[in-house]
Amino acid sequence: MAKANSGRKTLTISEDMTIYNALEQKALLLKALNGCQELDLDLLKVGEMDTTGFQLLLLTKREAIKANKSMRLTAHSKSVTDLLDLYNMGSYFGDPVWLDS
Amino acid sequence: MDAIQQAFVIESRELLQMMEENLLQLENSAGDPEIINAIFRAAHTIKGGAGVIECDFIIEFTHVLENVLDEMRSGTITPNRELIEVLLACSDHLGILMGCVENDALPSDEENKTSLSLRKQLQHFLGQEASESKEIVVADPNIQTSGGGEMETDNWHISLRFGPDVLRKGMDPASFLRYLNEFGQIVHLTTLPDAMPEAEDMDPESCYLGFEISYKSDADKAKIESVFSFVSEDCVINIWPPHSKLADFIQAIDALPEDSMRLGEILVQCGALTQSELDKALAAQSTTSADDESASQQEQSPKIGDVLVNQGAVTAEVVEAAAGKQVKVAQKKSLESQLIRVQASKLDQLIDLVGEMVIASAGANMLARRSSETALVESTSVITMLVEQIRDSALQLRMVQIGDTFTRFQRVVRDTSKELGKDIELVITGSEAELDKSVVEKLGDPLMHLVRNALDHGIEGPEARVAKGKPAQGTLKLNAYHESGSIAIEIIDDGNGMSREKIFNKAVEKELVSANQTMSDNEVFSLIFEPGFSTAEKITNISGRGVGLDVVKRNITSLRGSVEVESKEGVGSTFRIRLPLTLAIIDGFQVGVGKSSYVIPLGAVVECIELSEKDRADTAHRQYINLRGEVLPFVRLREQFEIDEAGGKRENIVVVQYAGQKVGLVVDELMGEFQTVIKPLGSIFKNIKGIGGSTILGSGDVALILDVQTLVALATVQQNRTAVAEAVKV
Repeated sequence: MAKANSGRKTLTISEDMTIYNALEQKALLLKALNGCQELDLDLLKVGEMDTTGFQLLLLTKREAIKANKSMRLTAHSKSVTDLLDLYNMGSYFGDPVWLDS
Repeated sequence: MDAIQQAFVIESRELLQMMEENLLQLENSAGDPEIINAIFRAAHTIKGGAGVIECDFIIEFTHVLENVLDEMRSGTITPNRELIEVLLACSDHLGILMGCVENDALPSDEENKTSLSLRKQLQHFLGQEASESKEIVVADPNIQTSGGGEMETDNWHISLRFGPDVLRKGMDPASFLRYLNEFGQIVHLTTLPDAMPEAEDMDPESCYLGFEISYKSDADKAKIESVFSFVSEDCVINIWPPHSKLADFIQAIDALPEDSMRLGEILVQCGALTQSELDKALAAQSTTSADDESASQQEQSPKIGDVLVNQGAVTAEVVEAAAGKQVKVAQKKSLESQLIRVQASKLDQLIDLVGEMVIASAGANMLARRSSETALVESTSVITMLVEQIRDSALQLRMVQIGDTFTRFQRVVRDTSKELGKDIELVITGSEAELDKSVVEKLGDPLMHLVRNALDHGIEGPEARVAKGKPAQGTLKLNAYHESGSIAIEIIDDGNGMSREKIFNKAVEKELVSANQTMSDNEVFSLIFEPGFSTAEKITNISGRGVGLDVVKRNITSLRGSVEVESKEGVGSTFRIRLPLTLAIIDGFQVGVGKSSYVIPLGAVVECIELSEKDRADTAHRQYINLRGEVLPFVRLREQFEIDEAGGKRENIVVVQYAGQKVGLVVDELMGEFQTVIKPLGSIFKNIKGIGGSTILGSGDVALILDVQTLVALATVQQNRTAVAEAVKV
């Protein structure tokens, strides 16, 4: 699931980021961040995201900033962008949001 | 109309008057923020008041007006001529709407149309289409009218802190926010994740989020609250309607867990607080806790967070909110005690009574003196002194400054000069001169006439002025000053002036004078006050129809005043109105001729001299004496009033002055000063020249009050005739 590449990792999440998966995803994200300098998250395949998922992204981002690492969202599904827009937090993650063509 | 409505209308009319003055000032001062603020406050107060009496048509109208003014305040809209024109029209229209409230009527269709068209024009300045009137929510009149310390935003502000168990209960904050969007619009939202603990302690199934939301909606508070009814137990919810009290807001925020520094900035970002509120809070801070603050903190450019952090300032705001209502009530009370509204008729009654008392005390005083009981004389003289003071303060009650009457002409000058295509400045001086309210009221019309006359006929158009080497901008001056017991009001223009020749010819044409008559300039110019006399070549809708100046003269004369005109062709004209300060009571100088007593208004008396034996012989056949090298024409009251009884051996001359002209009145006896109440004479006496009224003396006798103005005119005419006759002889 995660590809290591000299301190830079891309993590692709393809399950829903909802409360049902929240516990294991928290461990997954923190572990991924621990193992690299730059973490890229590919959320293109996330079918559904709720506030727990959003909180996990926030947590990861915060931890990354604290540890002087970088974390980026490289791809978003519609569910992810919708929620980020609603919470007006798109700019906090500071990633380019690709519009579906 | 009930008492509240009445109070509203009275207050609003004053505010409108103020608003108009400020708008006119604004025109000249290019966006002075003080003035804009004052205008805004006026509109805001009117809107608030209208909310209390639930007068929807005024609320709707002022709402848009207030929006525009608010934008002006924030500098988004800069006031220009066009805008001020519209705002003036709005203020006029509000006046009309007040009239509707006064008559307990709804505005007519036409007035509604005006409302709509003005609102459209205002919307045009706001840069948006006029939306139909649905958007005004009079949610809570208490909040609308509480004044001072309000949040300035038009949006609701919602502050949410979700409890940790929300998510586990299957409720997602996102769905609430989405629901909010269904009957309103989230203008700005800030997510606050600050409550989220360290990574190890963070439970992914707990909710740590909070939100500050600026929300635009027509819904009422209950409706918005209902959105969150499912989470109301697990969630801190604060909802502030538009224009909530700032202090309440800060208090509630202070109770929230986040670092308030950050919160303050977020609130500004949300638009919940504005820069001016920030400044206000800062000002409060600096006054309450300047001592506690470390120097470094003061050097930093202050953030609102500082204010919130600073306990002192927060407390001050909280206290303000808590005590706000009481303070406001107290303020209102103290204002009321500064000004009391009294019906004019009550004042008139009081002054009538005081007048009677003056007469009665004069009578008592006289009897006491006759009885020659020292104690009695002493006590009556104390009473007389007190009565004098009472009279003075009673009259003072009705004295008003003439300034208000003058400033009303700002608008007239502005509108009229625009209509005529002229550029005219109004200069006001002497506005603190006081005169009786009843006189002021009657002065309005004649003054208006003279001002319009000067604007229309007096001052030329800019081209004509430049061609004559005058500045393109004309000047109209209104001036007032006190002059020997009367007030003089001048209307001075620097316009064309009047042509003596033209007036004379016109008068000859109208057969008012004969062509070979010799007349002084003054006499010629006063011809313009004759009925039907107009030299204007063209008739405009402002003046020049030939009705007018005679009416002006009649109005002024009925107030025991006079009007005169000075003019120099090409340089300008001055109209001067002289009026007595009050109509009811005068200080008089009592004189006797034969057995009759007469009263001369003391203000007009200059001096008294004895007419010596030699002078009496000299003046048997002429009507003037030599007073220290000056020719003093005089009138023998004995002849004037056809009194047969022979006088004593002596005669005296009372020198009186009116309108700069001195004449002597020859009387037998000088009897001294006393106060007197003027009793008007019945209409059968109105053709008697030289008598202005009557009064009752302490002895119960009637004394006639001399009309100095007429007597002066009479003496001057006689003297002029003799002078002309002599000139012809030579």
